[in-house]
Amino acid sequence: MREVAAEFQRPVMLYSIGKDSSVMVRLAQKAFYPGKIPFPLLHIDTTYKFREMIEFRDKFTSEIGARLIVHINQKAIDDGANPFRLGTQKCCGLLKTRSLLDALAEGMYDAAFGGARRDEEKSRAKERVYSFRDSFGQWDPKNQRPELWNLFNSRVDKGESIRVFPLSNWTELDVWQYIHLENIPIVPMYFAKLRPMVVRGETLIPVEQDIPLLTGEKPEMVMCRMRSLGCSPCTGAIRSEADTVPKIIEEMMLVRRSERENRVIDHDQEGSMEIKKREGYF
Amino acid sequence: MATALERPSADIESFLKQNEEKDLLRLSTAGSVDDGKSTLIGRLLYDSKGAYEDQIASVRKASTNQTAGPLDFALLTDGLRSEREQGITIDVAYRYFSTPKRKFIIADTPGHEQYTRNMATGASTADLAIILVDARNGVLPQSRRHLYIATLLGIRHIVVTINKMDLMDFSEAVYNEVRADFLNFATQLPIGELKFIPISALAGDNVVTGSQKTPWYAGPALLEYLETVEVARDRAFDYMRFPVQYVIRPNLDFRGFAGQVAAGSIRPGDAVMVLPSGRTSRVKSIATYDGDLSEAFPPMSVTVCLEDEVDVSRGDMLVPPQHPPHAARRFEATLVWMNQKPLEPGRPYLIKHTTQQAGAAVTAVRHRVNINTLEHELVERLGFNEIGAVTVEAKRPLYFDAYEKNRATGAFILIDPLTNETLAAGMITGAAASERHPTGDLAALELNTGRVTPAERYIRAGHRPLALWLAGDEELAYTLERKLFDRGCLVHVLAGEGIVDTAEASADAGLISICAVPEEDAATRDAVQRAVGRDRFLAVSTADIPGNSDEAADAICRTLEDRGYIPRLPKPFTGGAGI
Repeated sequence: MREVAAEFQRPVMLYSIGKDSSVMVRLAQKAFYPGKIPFPLLHIDTTYKFREMIEFRDKFTSEIGARLIVHINQKAIDDGANPFRLGTQKCCGLLKTRSLLDALAEGMYDAAFGGARRDEEKSRAKERVYSFRDSFGQWDPKNQRPELWNLFNSRVDKGESIRVFPLSNWTELDVWQYIHLENIPIVPMYFAKLRPMVVRGETLIPVEQDIPLLTGEKPEMVMCRMRSLGCSPCTGAIRSEADTVPKIIEEMMLVRRSERENRVIDHDQEGSMEIKKREGYF
Repeated sequence: MATALERPSADIESFLKQNEEKDLLRLSTAGSVDDGKSTLIGRLLYDSKGAYEDQIASVRKASTNQTAGPLDFALLTDGLRSEREQGITIDVAYRYFSTPKRKFIIADTPGHEQYTRNMATGASTADLAIILVDARNGVLPQSRRHLYIATLLGIRHIVVTINKMDLMDFSEAVYNEVRADFLNFATQLPIGELKFIPISALAGDNVVTGSQKTPWYAGPALLEYLETVEVARDRAFDYMRFPVQYVIRPNLDFRGFAGQVAAGSIRPGDAVMVLPSGRTSRVKSIATYDGDLSEAFPPMSVTVCLEDEVDVSRGDMLVPPQHPPHAARRFEATLVWMNQKPLEPGRPYLIKHTTQQAGAAVTAVRHRVNINTLEHELVERLGFNEIGAVTVEAKRPLYFDAYEKNRATGAFILIDPLTNETLAAGMITGAAASERHPTGDLAALELNTGRVTPAERYIRAGHRPLALWLAGDEELAYTLERKLFDRGCLVHVLAGEGIVDTAEASADAGLISICAVPEEDAATRDAVQRAVGRDRFLAVSTADIPGNSDEAADAICRTLEDRGYIPRLPKPFTGGAGI
């Protein structure tokens, strides 16, 4: 992080409100202590995020004195972009990828921190810590810069940028363990609680915004929590009783299902994360 | 196999404590195409329960590689679509798994020859390398290349897994043959510990647990070995190195220098010297978010405050005053060239070393290493995936130690300032020959004040510096001097006392010196070669050259052209200073 702050003109930290973002922000606080974090946090708001996430975001960032920038692809939303009408692929393209690229271009950011980890998904395993993006924000997995030792090549031309992944080598367990050790605040939705849910097959869909119900479906109260946080229509919950960090860790080791399984977008087509990444998604 | 995931849930806090204290082993894998490397890693992840159930379920859906068994483990690791299409791994993939004893990060690097650069990338951060050999094919050139690169990047622990033993009926003779073949090559390399394990990645023999099918093999299974191997991380390099990354100055009362400790340890009260200014001070405190520390050591990232107001900025280095690193603009290094465009001596590049970035050029390619035979070959340039010894000259002094002593202050990368591509990985072997004598003689005087680089001298002279050893034919020496002079070369004939020092000084000044000694004198010849360096030395035996002095001189000129010391086309005489 210090390397990035020292070598780039306009760095920014992508802040998704999730647990990985919380860890990343704590690392930034530590890296620049006793100074303040010398770059802003950027949240790409799709307007489909959970209310609890937005409340947490505003409280957390003001408490640590960070500069928060919220970007919304208002035009797409005004044009009626939503996941129910467009399908998740197109919705993500407009409200996340497009919106992110617009926000980065608008801020003229030449480096953007992201909380992605290599253990999350297969295409992310080959991601560099410094991931080069061309002036269209696109990733070319076959043409990545070799990355040796911790000597990072930070050279970019105007309009090009680098995505930086400080948590590359962390696993999900490492993240939780760190949250536990450091007592890092996270969105309460990670903890189990009785919540109204639509039960659709194996998936639990939180009742929020205007989720179109299939015939015969109606919300019921379920003891559950979120393993990862996305937009409310695309993030399923898991049945869980874990209401503390150690209980979550314990559950994680027992429930051997990878955390992105409940994220609908990874499964909408074979190799889908790689396609989104090539286009500029994190 | 008991794993973290199956632990009883009773005492989660003590599990967390244990997990926190587990050490981390970073390893890289290498093998040729179809050695079954991805299958082996998939097997390690699967059998150690690191692969989650739903990921495995999705592999079951996608299994296409018909040569693999019931479950294609390679698909757990071969992430990218283009790879699936080609059926080979083309980029470094990082994998994570953990057992109750250790956490592991695997850099899964490609076996395909053209992706050797990724192999070096994976090896640069690894403590141990697994080299896969296909029992059916034995040791291939790629196996040797991988071993060489692993040792070059400082990996001391090598595990050779002889795979596909199931296809060779688990034959001890086959295993012994491959082992002997491998050892034959390996003895030439600086390996700390070399281990051979016969396995079948596909069937799981000797991967996680020992196999019944290899009763003749008494050693541990691969995972058992990885869990217990002692990795010598400390290379007994105790001298503190702290490259400054960032100056933290939130208010007038606080001025801290942020960085990652690259070697040794720092304590409050320690005397430190700042490079390049040479100013000294003492460590006042080591500040962190969690409070001041009483000691910091690698790989901790900390912020150091000094007692005195000393000017320090990014790129500077804090070191112990009694044990500073080398500080020089010129040094010798081994390069792994990673770009399609070949290395061009004299061309402006950028070097990134610790927290410094500066203009730099490769002033000479001393030799290329033939990775099959380890022989040194005289070449002008290095091509894609080639490895060689070079002299590098930076525009600013760098503060370095030899890579074999300390990776963090011995490693660098070269960047193309036009395309911004990373061109090469470099490992510093030592200060350049002429910077090894900081005091006294002519050579040191010339170079230490040097604002003119060898590359500039080369451009001005139009030829490379050279000490040409020519024994027993004074007439030929002067004929050759005339011919070279007429072609525009800066040349002179040396004879008699002090020939070693004069040849070195002349070479540093960019001249061609003809060492015309009355008779062969091996001791002096070797001394000249040592002084000027191999790339600036050429011995010509008059016995091999036919004809009169004139014809012989022409023959030598052609040799110099062929070796690239002088340009092929005679250039017009421009009145450059002769000596």
